[in-house]
This record gives sequence, structure tokens and C-alpha cells, in this order.
Amino acid sequence: MLDAVDRKMIAATQAGLPLEREPYRALAEEIGMDEAGVIARLRRLLASGAIRRIGAVPNHYALGFTANGMSVWDVADEAVADIGARVGALDFVTHCYERPRHLPLWPYNLFAMVHGRTRDEVRAKVAEIAGLIGTELRAHDVLFSNRILKKTGLRIAA
Amino acid sequence: MSFVDPTGKAIINGLQGGFPLTHRPFRDAGAELGLTEQELIEGVGELIEAGQLSRFGPLWNAELIGGGVCLAAIAVPPERFDEVTNLVNAHREVAHNYERCHELNMWFVVSAENAGRINEVIAEIEQETGLAVYAMPKAREFFVGFRVEV
Repeated sequence: MLDAVDRKMIAATQAGLPLEREPYRALAEEIGMDEAGVIARLRRLLASGAIRRIGAVPNHYALGFTANGMSVWDVADEAVADIGARVGALDFVTHCYERPRHLPLWPYNLFAMVHGRTRDEVRAKVAEIAGLIGTELRAHDVLFSNRILKKTGLRIAA
Repeated sequence: MSFVDPTGKAIINGLQGGFPLTHRPFRDAGAELGLTEQELIEGVGELIEAGQLSRFGPLWNAELIGGGVCLAAIAVPPERFDEVTNLVNAHREVAHNYERCHELNMWFVVSAENAGRINEVIAEIEQETGLAVYAMPKAREFFVGFRVEV
């Protein structure tokens, strides 16, 4: 869990790091710490996974990656850990999760979000995943998003 | 797609992670990319201005920040789609909501600082819409190697 200082850092960096020569010193000043303390804390948050990474966060849509397909897969429960690890490692998969089935409507237990420039590109990548899973694949589908109905950023109380 | 100049490409392709935790990180990262400190600072600012980067900094893991997140789906009858959209979106705990092509045609993410609140929101949506909400909490997360390449 995160403490009050971590939460201050989240609030102070939600819009990003200051674009100046000493961004961690500027951040430290903003939240009343020193630079070394901020750097040590960021290092710890990266190690724990609370921060996934630090760097450029691309806007997929603005860069032309306008197609996104939620590919969903029915694989044996015993095989899902191994298959999920291999699918997640592909460089076009942004999220990869095991989730519960809801039979009979929803037989799929593995989700992999695939981004591409066109739907055909996404379909080709989905076919690549199907090939990777091979004979252990029982059924799959890809659900394209037709419309964004709501999208709000991460909100956190400081 | 909007044009990305060579400096922009170097930044996007080379700096989606691993920004140094040093006193002068733009200088140190720039050296790796063949850019000066000033070129990197300005280049990042221009990519943000152009909307090609959402931002530059730490990407926080929303789930570890506290509370919980749950994906959920509803099979909405087409003639009720707008009405159900409004009912679902009215919940402040619903962060993202997408229309997708499947019998389960509405997919949204419920997030709350208090994880117990998620089941309450799902129950509220079921009551308000009269439709079944299929909760799909993650059972396991796999590491992803995703990078955008421009």
C-alpha cells in the first residue's frame, strides 16, 4: 500500500514530470522533500510495481494506432499461465489477463488487448496469437470497440 | 497519422520506459538517444503539445494505488443502448466505457478506492437497468512487453 507521501507524488505527477533540467528537484520542492528522497522513493515504487515505468506515455490514437481489438481466448485452465505469459510478451499486446468465464454466454478465460493502425492489422496480429497458442486453443474472438462511451483519467485523492 | 519528425521518433521509440533517476535525467537520457538535454526537453514538450504523447513521467499502476478495478460487461438490447449508457456513465466509479461488437456489447471498468464498493456499484447498475452485469475481475495479470513503434 502507498503512504501519504506516495499519494502526494501521484497527485504532483499525474500531468507528468516538470520538463526542466532537474525535474526531480522541482518535484521535490513542490511536495516539500529533497531531491535524493524523491529519487529513492521513485526507485522503490518502480521496484514494487506501483509505478509501471517512467518515460513517454504515447497517445496511441494520435500516433495512428486507431484500431484496438480485445482478443479473447478459451484455453484449458491448466495451460492459461503458460499461454498468458507467452501472449503477454508479444510487443503488440498492451494488457493480458486471465478472467473468469460466464458460461454459456462467455467461454473465454484469457484476454489480450491488441493495438494496430487498422482492423486488418489487428486481425493479422490476432491470427499470430492463434498460431502461438496452437492446438491448445479451443475458441477465440476479437471484439473491436465501435465507440468510446466514457473515458476519464486516473483520479486519486491527494 | 500526424507527422513525427526524427527527434520525435527517437523519443517515442527509445523512451517509453527507463527514464533515468538522476540529477539531470534529460541530459543522461538524451546522451543515449543522441540528443542534447535541451533538444530532449523541447522535443518532449512538442510531442505533448501535438498530442502525440499523453504525458511524460511515471505511469502509475492504478490497482496498486489502492482500491480495486473490475472489468464488467452487459448485453444491452439495441433499442435501450443510449438509456443504459447514461445510467452506467452516471456512476463516478465507471472510468472507461466502450461499445463493442458482441452480444455483450457494453464493456466498462469500475474502479473505487474501497474495493468493497465495486460490488455495490455493479449491484446498483443491475437494479437501475434491470440487466445482468457480468463481472470479469482479473484472476491473473501477465507481464506485457508492449511498445509503440513509429
